[in-house]
Amino acid sequence: MKHKLLKGKAWVFGDEINSDVMAPGIYFKESMDVMASHCLEAIDPLFAKEVRPGDIVVAGRNFGVGSAREQAALAFKELKVGAIIAKSYARIFYRNSLNFGLPALISEYVNEIRPKDELIINPVLGELENLTTKKNIIISPIPEHLMEMISAGGLMPYLKEKIDNGEIEVRKK
Amino acid sequence: MSQTLIQKILSRASNRPEVKVGEIVTCDVDIAMILDSGGPRKIWPRLKQLGVGVYDPEKVIVVADHFVPAADPQSAAILKLTRDFVKNYDIKHFYDMEGICHIVMAENGHLQPGLFCCGGDSHSTMGGAFGCYMAGFGAIEMTGVVVTGKIWSVVMDTIKVNWEGSFCKGVTAKDIMLFLARKLGMENAFKAVEFGGTTVKNMSMQERMVLTNMAAELGAETGLIAPDKTTLEAIRLSGIEPKHDALSWKSDDDASFYEIHNFNADNLSPQVAAPHKPSNSASAEEFEKENINVDQAYIGACVGGKLNDLHMVAKVLEGKNVSSKTRLLVAPSSKKIMAQAASDGTLETITKAGGIILPSGCGACAGLGAGVIAEKEVCISSTNRNFQGRMGSKDSFVYLASPYTVAASAVAGKIIDPRELI
Repeated sequence: MKHKLLKGKAWVFGDEINSDVMAPGIYFKESMDVMASHCLEAIDPLFAKEVRPGDIVVAGRNFGVGSAREQAALAFKELKVGAIIAKSYARIFYRNSLNFGLPALISEYVNEIRPKDELIINPVLGELENLTTKKNIIISPIPEHLMEMISAGGLMPYLKEKIDNGEIEVRKK
Repeated sequence: MSQTLIQKILSRASNRPEVKVGEIVTCDVDIAMILDSGGPRKIWPRLKQLGVGVYDPEKVIVVADHFVPAADPQSAAILKLTRDFVKNYDIKHFYDMEGICHIVMAENGHLQPGLFCCGGDSHSTMGGAFGCYMAGFGAIEMTGVVVTGKIWSVVMDTIKVNWEGSFCKGVTAKDIMLFLARKLGMENAFKAVEFGGTTVKNMSMQERMVLTNMAAELGAETGLIAPDKTTLEAIRLSGIEPKHDALSWKSDDDASFYEIHNFNADNLSPQVAAPHKPSNSASAEEFEKENINVDQAYIGACVGGKLNDLHMVAKVLEGKNVSSKTRLLVAPSSKKIMAQAASDGTLETITKAGGIILPSGCGACAGLGAGVIAEKEVCISSTNRNFQGRMGSKDSFVYLASPYTVAASAVAGKIIDPRELI
């Protein structure tokens, strides 16, 4: 995640949206673009068709509950979703998203966001401006211990940097 | 300072004398379990990109269980890649079509009290029945583990769940978990759930593993049960001698817990979870009143196709037939369990009653293998998750229940309370 402002239109979902509906198992063997085209189709058939790069997914509690499948977080990356903002996350989905450099942000006030609202987010300062309703809401900043990894753009670029600098001991193959 | 079991494990893994709840620690990983689904096919290209190998070929365990046996060329290619990865990195422990990973880990003595283990599957929590930390991670995070042998963790608070008393006829560990999903909800992220009490103490390892497996349904990081004689016997049965300090891995008597819940097993009735989430549960009696016809009854997965699960199915089916309106599919959780059930007559009882035996593997539980369901079909399943579309069509319906309830419903052709058939 770069320290830049995220701007996009809101797609609003409810509580306990699970990872099976984000990345249905029946498409596991397909490529990531095919998988992503079915993202959330069971609950909103229009989402994967109409979501635009930079759009922001807004959700309630326990977003991403269930399976460890990284395809759940990757589907949003593939659809070029700019950020997710939810009241809370399931643990594996949360870790997967941040590891892919997909900003998974937390706010208690997501109920104030309506579908199609235009949002601007500063993920580092923890600010969200709703351009449609002209209201600002507070979001939690990214956890401090993950900032270094997130600033690098996710786990892979972070590991590459550390390995190249000799900061992590690895077995060469 | 007094510590919980999970704090003791995280202290050891992070090389600290003690850890406090909320601290961020970096842990040395004793076992990294990766699978055909999100393992080599995702991780190998990343290792190549980084130009590195696996941190320890002894500690990276590979299991092929999700796409087995190959039903199409794509699955065959994924399995071939998995086998090639094992050869290329000289992986010491590879279980190819031996069964579902969490069961295979237990059968082969990999799980020991006090270990810190990571698995590329959300039900990795099952391993905690052996008094170790085992939790699920996505393939991207497992890539980091496979490269560095380390992972960060927030030191978790523990929710202690005690069960006292004994089950009535037809009630099982699975019913405890469907009940708990309703009572505790599915959002207990970054918490450990430790199970205790006399009911748990009296359970076999196979039953205890149901509790820790479905700690995942509570949203917990892991589920744990302090080791005792039963645990040590199970480890010995796999041909491994438990470590000398095995029984020391338990929460201190005065350890502080986030919450303590006390329940009584005497009054628990068979439970069923309605579509589309495990917390959507009520007693089977309630569902029986609704006359829910069942197209498919499925016995399988890590949680519900163990030997004792198959014994429950056989007990219900003995001398009866599966309803002509319903198909009963049975996928034993491992090759070893399949062989045991074949030699003790369990498979004979099931097939005589009309049940169909499927290969061991994750299969239809995750919509991957034989036994997926069509639009508008209803399945009652001994698996652990019933999210919309998980077992096939997004317009299908999955009810979760114990093996007793699934088998009884297969006989009745509709969801029933199993107690009338046992």
